[in-house]
Amino acid sequence: MIAVFLTVLGRDIRLAVRQGTDSLMVVAFFVVTVVLFPFGVGPESAVLERISAGVLWVTALLASMLSLDRLFQQDYEDGSLDHLTRAPAPLAGIVAAKVAAHWLTTALPLIAAAPLLAILLHMRPEGFAVLVVAMVLGTPTLSLIGAVGAALVLGARRGGVLVALLILPLYVPVLIFGVSAVDAAVMGFAYTAQIKILAALLMASLVLCPLATSLALRQALE
Amino acid sequence: MCVRGERAVFANLSFRVEAGDALLLVGPNGSGKSSLLRLMALLLHPASGRLTWDDRSVADDSEAHAARTRYVGHLDAIKPVLALRENVAFWARLAGAGTTHVDAALEAFNLTRLAQVPGRLLSAGQKRRANLARLVAAPAPLWLLDEPTTALDRASIALLEDRLARHRAEGGMVVLSTHQDIVLPGARVLALDRFAPGLARPASARPLLEPAS
Repeated sequence: MIAVFLTVLGRDIRLAVRQGTDSLMVVAFFVVTVVLFPFGVGPESAVLERISAGVLWVTALLASMLSLDRLFQQDYEDGSLDHLTRAPAPLAGIVAAKVAAHWLTTALPLIAAAPLLAILLHMRPEGFAVLVVAMVLGTPTLSLIGAVGAALVLGARRGGVLVALLILPLYVPVLIFGVSAVDAAVMGFAYTAQIKILAALLMASLVLCPLATSLALRQALE
Repeated sequence: MCVRGERAVFANLSFRVEAGDALLLVGPNGSGKSSLLRLMALLLHPASGRLTWDDRSVADDSEAHAARTRYVGHLDAIKPVLALRENVAFWARLAGAGTTHVDAALEAFNLTRLAQVPGRLLSAGQKRRANLARLVAAPAPLWLLDEPTTALDRASIALLEDRLARHRAEGGMVVLSTHQDIVLPGARVLALDRFAPGLARPASARPLLEPAS
């Protein structure tokens, strides 16, 4: 089980590194979209500071959704998924490995870029650490929920739009508590409750999402 | 019985495969050859009926069944950015066989020279041979091959025939669908079009399996 998990994780990371443009594209989308906001709402630092947490979270959420089609689509099209579902290990474990690889190669660069963009949006330095912690806890949940959506739309035409409609509503709890944690830290309030809720959401999705995804994948192959 | 898209493909089908056996699936397009192989690989579920291994239902332990079967489908599952050897080694490791047989598997299908070539540069026949190399890289008793000769040249088909003979000599089993000629001594033939539902003919009225001519 562990060996299969590591084998799939290693292979997916290797694939992502060799097709490096995909990961770069996600970070580039994140940076470019955040940079658009000062142009849109004006350079006034009080306004930017007020919206900084929300802008970073919403943009990170969209960026992480952008790369979801990569999760299963290629394996589905080239027949790899047939063999992945036939590995002598629970499919949920293989899904978890693929989601972990996806998170490491797409969300981790976003988290690294987030504090730099926070400076651009005049966020107060008190918020930086909480922003990173909240994103470390929140983005795996986004990847896990996204995997369910990506598996459900396999084989559908225009799957990208469909996946957005399916999973964006499910992203809302992460968004609410992610933004609220950063806002609380900036204003000097306690933020541990929000962080704990983000951790709880991660735990719940860690248990439920791989199972739901594996069912959806088996359905897609029928 | 197998139903695809609300259309029953075949029904009243019954057969068994013993150690060393080869079963050749024949029939026109759409007669259910691929569906039967995917069913035996547990990638599809029968609408009704049972699939057993040593008299025990395979659905009870699908992981054990996956470990003792190798499935080769229409798609070759070769990643364009991975070298041919990396592709084969990944599938061998995933099947729990480790990488000890990988080089022998490449040798068996005359791929040693191409081991470091990335998948995107391989021809259709080379990809198919890499797909078949998984059979040797991760040994398993039952091979389910869906038109394995597609895109292969005559010399490569001979390599495959050689491997099939060796596998059966070691007590392995092969279920294979094909439209092309392939040498499978002593193989039994299953004509799936005879089991299309709607034909008012009980399956027992005709011999189920006939020796290959």
